[in-house]
Amino acid sequence: MASRRAAPSDRPRLNAPALRLRGITKRFGSLVANDGISLDLGRGEVLALLGENGAGKSTLVSILFGHYLADEGAIEAFGAPLPPGQPKAALAAGIGMVHQHFTLADNLSVLDNVMLGTEPLWWPFSRRARARARLLDAAQRFGLQVNPDAQVGTLSVGERQRVEILKALTRGAKILILDEPTAVLTPQESESLFATLAQLVAAGLSVIFISHKLDEVLRVSHRIAVLRGGRLVADLPAAGADKAMLAEAMVGRAVPPATKHARAPGAPVVELRGGTVRGTGARPLLDGIDLELRAGEVFAVAGVAGNGQDVLAELLCGLHALDGGTLTIAGRALPARPRAFVEAGVARIPEDRHAVGVVGDLPLWENAVLERYASPAFSRHGIVRRELALAHAKSLVERFDVRGTESAGLATITRSLSGGNMQKLILGRALAGDPDTKSSPPLIVANQPTWGLDIGAVAYVHQQLLDACAQGSAVLLISEDLDEVFALADRIAVMHHGRLGAPKPAREWTLAAIGLAMAGGEEAAHAA
Amino acid sequence: MQLERRSTTPRWLLLGAPVGAIAFTLLITSLLVAWAGAPVARAYALLLEGGFGSRFAWTETLTRATPLILTGLAAAVAFRARLFNIGGEGQLYAGALAAVAVGGLHGGSGFDASPWLLFPLMMLAAALAGALLLLGPALAKSRLGVDEVVTTLLLNFIVLLFVSAMLDGPMKDASAMGWPQSVAIQDALQLGKLIERSRVHSGLLWSLAAAVALWALLKHTTTGFEIRAVGANARAAAFAGMPVAAVQVKVALLSGALAGLAGAIEVAGRAGYVTLDMSPGYGYSGIVIAMLAALNPLGVVAAAIFVAGILVGADSMSRAVNVPTYIADVIVSVSLIAVLVATMFTQYRLRWK
Repeated sequence: MASRRAAPSDRPRLNAPALRLRGITKRFGSLVANDGISLDLGRGEVLALLGENGAGKSTLVSILFGHYLADEGAIEAFGAPLPPGQPKAALAAGIGMVHQHFTLADNLSVLDNVMLGTEPLWWPFSRRARARARLLDAAQRFGLQVNPDAQVGTLSVGERQRVEILKALTRGAKILILDEPTAVLTPQESESLFATLAQLVAAGLSVIFISHKLDEVLRVSHRIAVLRGGRLVADLPAAGADKAMLAEAMVGRAVPPATKHARAPGAPVVELRGGTVRGTGARPLLDGIDLELRAGEVFAVAGVAGNGQDVLAELLCGLHALDGGTLTIAGRALPARPRAFVEAGVARIPEDRHAVGVVGDLPLWENAVLERYASPAFSRHGIVRRELALAHAKSLVERFDVRGTESAGLATITRSLSGGNMQKLILGRALAGDPDTKSSPPLIVANQPTWGLDIGAVAYVHQQLLDACAQGSAVLLISEDLDEVFALADRIAVMHHGRLGAPKPAREWTLAAIGLAMAGGEEAAHAA
Repeated sequence: MQLERRSTTPRWLLLGAPVGAIAFTLLITSLLVAWAGAPVARAYALLLEGGFGSRFAWTETLTRATPLILTGLAAAVAFRARLFNIGGEGQLYAGALAAVAVGGLHGGSGFDASPWLLFPLMMLAAALAGALLLLGPALAKSRLGVDEVVTTLLLNFIVLLFVSAMLDGPMKDASAMGWPQSVAIQDALQLGKLIERSRVHSGLLWSLAAAVALWALLKHTTTGFEIRAVGANARAAAFAGMPVAAVQVKVALLSGALAGLAGAIEVAGRAGYVTLDMSPGYGYSGIVIAMLAALNPLGVVAAAIFVAGILVGADSMSRAVNVPTYIADVIVSVSLIAVLVATMFTQYRLRWK
């Protein structure tokens, strides 16, 4: 793709761009994380920084913010050179950062959080009145409604993000860096964030918007910079760009969308009636859920994180017992033990692949048999049949295209695999099913199966799930990514406060309707 | 100055790290030796000679290494499963007492049972005593979330006081002229000498066999796979269907049993009775040995012989030049820290700003 670059300007300092990066290079050992990146951020501009995992986005931002020291290159902020490697200098130059994972103290008020770290320690009195006035002024100016005395723990995710933005603004940020800001928001909350961004920009701020969601990027940004393998491969105006072209720039090749095979759903595989899991809180984790899932269909459960989807996934993985109701898998009630579910042919893809999916310190081949090491296929009289386990791992690596094993082979320490390859290993382990029968699994439980993966790996995982579905597997997809939900699902239901709304065919849902249901609107409508 | 993770580890570093660790240890300890006013080179030469320089030195080192191998294995297997058993010392004493209870009480008659029956019973009792002593803290950890470092450490003092009570009470040897020491086990139950005119006894073979067995268990069995997986990531192990709580109990029993056996073998191979100073901290040294060996059972054998040699060598060096024997503890401790730091530098690098 042709790369365009802003024309070099000899404008006076007053009109200098907000940020000017020249030839930024950063190496980690033999890995070049940033390779001679030159980039300008204009005043009042939203610049989208697009790229897959490992493309160098985080490294570049860390250099901007002074957390890393660039090996080569220089940065100017508003025409003045930015001293490298000093977060304080970056703050003083007006660079503010809103992290994907918020850095707020839940037990403090909004005002306390905004003030935290801004006052000199030796000053005997806290200047709260002044700080409050500054906070309210910023809130007013940028249209960010917030109650300074509310405890942060009681706020919604969208409101917390607003506090993070205000925190940066009250510290005098003129350049705001937002790292994957919509990853945790509902569609409605994202809308309100975009409105906020428009207001910030109108007030003269500049924004760097890091994302991998192409629709959003095209909507909110003026200019789009695409990184791939540490290099700036595209720098172009958002007007005139399209999704396919950006995806190709990110991945380096064309990415065909996943193809769905039409198929009439078969016999019910999962029958959950009145499923209730109490938990320790006042509200049940799962509150009387009815769910029927048939062979050959993808059933998606959407919802904001923490509304019971995880518990539903764990229930179907054998990690939770029901406190009320009944559950059958392929007509059988199973004891609430993971091994029983694995043996019944449930292919399980957990949400957190590092913490739950694999034992990172063990070699790849041991993780390939982690669920079935005790079966006669891989052990006899308590001794692991290493040759058979290695052969199984080898076939998984080949069939599911797990890369990154070039130097150490099957003994590669699993932690060192990239997220995509780790997910391929988990997917392969689950989908390969019983090594003796080699039958495809009757049920696949996939919880956020593409979270944090790059476009190529996402496409691969989607295609594998759809192919398994075409072979007759029932797929339960739990996802917060609505693009993914619409791309894969035959039927969709939304979870809120431990309850599952009525499922409807995917084509009958609109984005707005799902967003409303995710925020509890459906429930409110029922109650009214 | 900050730490950065290395993407790859160069080969020279992997080989150089242990060498650097040894050099650093020697440097630090030679400062102390010089401070004590002794000639550094001569002190080191004496230390090496005392630990490894003669037939007698080797037999003394191997005798000392025998219980250290077992306590090292006890720590290694527990640490592998993230069960931080600091109670090896107490488990060793519990095993020693149990051995005497089976092999020495009833006036040494053993109810006239054959040694062929009594010996396995004695070993079993010692292993059980150690295992049961660790079972409580392990269950408290898995059920109630009680920190096992605290419980196992504190149990050491309770056990030592209990031993003291027994040595002055029911198990007191009346013929020991008032010394707090237990009755002895039957002569028939004592371990034979491996080498003539030395103190090396057949307990060494037991220790080596235990190391090989533990190595095979961890490497080749499903139980070993479970132990390694649960230790490295208990959540993932549970998700995959491993019985995490049962594995932790198994590991506790195994670790406690190994430390208990160390006590029984020390009794049966050395004095034949229990005293309050029979272990100069073998249980605690086991932790250091396990860490030096990177929790590898075969590495534990080498690390135990190294530590034993330093301890024995320091004894003889301190007699020749005026350096206190505490130098041995310093050498072992500094080498542990140096090895841990060197291992860290194979994975991280320092960056200066």
